[in-house]
Amino acid sequence: MSTPLLEVDDLSVRFTRQGQEPFTAVDKVTFNVAPGEVVGLVGESGCGKSVTSLAIMRLLARRGNQVTGSVRFAGTELLTLPDAAMRDKRGAELAMIFQDPLSSLNPVVPIGVQVSEVITRHRGENRAVAARQAAEMLDKVGIPDPTRRLKEYPHQLSGGMRQRALIAMALACEPRLLIADEPTTALDVTIQAQILALLTDLVEQSGTALIMITHDLGVVAGLCDGVNVLYGGRIVERAKRHPLFAEPRHPYTGGLLGSIPRLDGDRDARLFPIRGSVADNIPWDHACAFAPRCHQEGEKCRTVAPDLLPDEEARTDGGLRLLRCHYPLTAADRQRIEEGRA
Amino acid sequence: MSRYIVRRLLQAIVTLFVLSLLLFAWLRSLPGGPVSALLGERSTPEDRAALEQALGLDQPIFIQYLRFLERAAQGQFGVSTGVLPGRDALEIFLSRFPATIELSFFALTLAILLGIPLGYLAARHRGTFLDTGSVLFSLVGIAVPVFFLAFALKYVFAIQLGVLPPSGRQSVGINATHITGMYVLDGLLTREWDAAWDALRHLILPAVALSSIPFAVILRITRASVLEVLDEDYVRTAQAKGLRAATIRGRHVLRNALIPVVTTIGLQTGALLAGAVLTERVFTFRGVGHALAYGFETRDYAVLQVLIMMAALIYILVNMVVDIAYAAIDPRVRVR
Repeated sequence: MSTPLLEVDDLSVRFTRQGQEPFTAVDKVTFNVAPGEVVGLVGESGCGKSVTSLAIMRLLARRGNQVTGSVRFAGTELLTLPDAAMRDKRGAELAMIFQDPLSSLNPVVPIGVQVSEVITRHRGENRAVAARQAAEMLDKVGIPDPTRRLKEYPHQLSGGMRQRALIAMALACEPRLLIADEPTTALDVTIQAQILALLTDLVEQSGTALIMITHDLGVVAGLCDGVNVLYGGRIVERAKRHPLFAEPRHPYTGGLLGSIPRLDGDRDARLFPIRGSVADNIPWDHACAFAPRCHQEGEKCRTVAPDLLPDEEARTDGGLRLLRCHYPLTAADRQRIEEGRA
Repeated sequence: MSRYIVRRLLQAIVTLFVLSLLLFAWLRSLPGGPVSALLGERSTPEDRAALEQALGLDQPIFIQYLRFLERAAQGQFGVSTGVLPGRDALEIFLSRFPATIELSFFALTLAILLGIPLGYLAARHRGTFLDTGSVLFSLVGIAVPVFFLAFALKYVFAIQLGVLPPSGRQSVGINATHITGMYVLDGLLTREWDAAWDALRHLILPAVALSSIPFAVILRITRASVLEVLDEDYVRTAQAKGLRAATIRGRHVLRNALIPVVTTIGLQTGALLAGAVLTERVFTFRGVGHALAYGFETRDYAVLQVLIMMAALIYILVNMVVDIAYAAIDPRVRVR
């Protein structure tokens, strides 16, 4: 294992909005990303995955957001970096693509300008050179007739095209780390597959590390080396991809997997959804936040907050696993989920 | 684009035609009339009848309207009976128009130059003293009636402090050559710097008074619009690209935020024309508004008809220009 490119240590984000109770959206999240590695942050809406990525990029408004902990990128601490130095890194060494390609593109500026402005900014190229490189970039992400597209506006492009343009912007300066925040959620299924294939290709070719933020375990299965499952702002389970799918240990992970319909299973088998919603969260202080929705709930769950510990009982091979649960799933539990009986 | 402009112009002709009909009926339904205004309350019925006949006011109203249309088609808009008796009404408009253009131009420029930056700053520093201060200031701008503000400015700066002239467009003693009728521009064209400076000093108070409403409206729209744009995803994208603050501000925030502001500026020309009537009256600034106010007092039908129709035409034209400017800023509304 090479030395990590990104080390996120005890990263916490507290929303301190006026007239509202402070709310911890991200709670001591710790993970590393090695060069060329694809790491997934998985969880449902509101679990803190997007906030984590925005905190790493330092894109959260300073007002109302308290960010603590440490984010080291190639040895440099990002959280205390002066704004100007951080701006030099954003777009050049760390880049990000967002969920909704239409709203993420400026409607009144041609695509070409939006791609080439990153190049002029970070490479100091003049407009003509930047425009040529922008066209090359559009070609690389599979946009046909790039020189014509440069002059077009976002509303003239299709959804998939727009996401490709955003990817072109993010990769224009060959960043060492790319954060993709639900890049395929707003696209239809066939386009999703194309975009994911494109991302995988580009990441493999350039050796760019990728943080993939998603609620879609299908995306994780196709792409990620390592997976972090988030719930209520904390990592509840971490594993390599194969062990996680083969042997989910946290009841939440089990629930996420159990709620996916399977083509190869019994057609009459019921899905095994996670009951309740994110709103049923309880604070982590003296309990497990997932307890109100958990099928495995035991006596300790509402009194003692579980720690994220190495999971030694896991039987699947594949490196270190971490787990935050008092009563992890056993083979028998998984059998029950498989059979669709609670 | 040219087809669009032609269509808009045709619409304008229909609008003006309907307006002329309403205006004609409305003016004649006002109490009093040019005859009472000219002859006074104690005139004899014989004199009144004679004058009515001379002015053609003894005819039924639809006959009057048809005769008005007939003459208007030949470019004749009637003769003034009250503002400048005997002068051609259109000529009065043309002679007064440059003064109002000059005043409105200065007022609108002032409103834009102050309103947009202040609105932007208020949004950027939301919730701070700067923001609250600007919003309060703009509230005052909207709430205080234009004529009151005009009188207050005149009282403080012209009468008490004596730093600016209280009325008129140029000091009497100045020997100035007039080409366009816009005195500041004339002074600059003829290199009569003292005349230009004197005209500018006369413009300041009326322009400030007239700009108060457009300034306040532009400030508030800019603030609201910038606040909205700052929350847009594409601004976050721009930040994620590590762009310089100036690029983000100019290319990504302001360019989008200005779209509703441009529309507002077009609509404000209407308010500007209405405000000009009050401002020009207070400062005896002899423009269209001044003539309009006097035209009402003397029930000068011919002058009122020309002035109001022209004001409507200008309003229509300005909004057409605004729509074209809108297409230049926002590619999504461009005609394909």
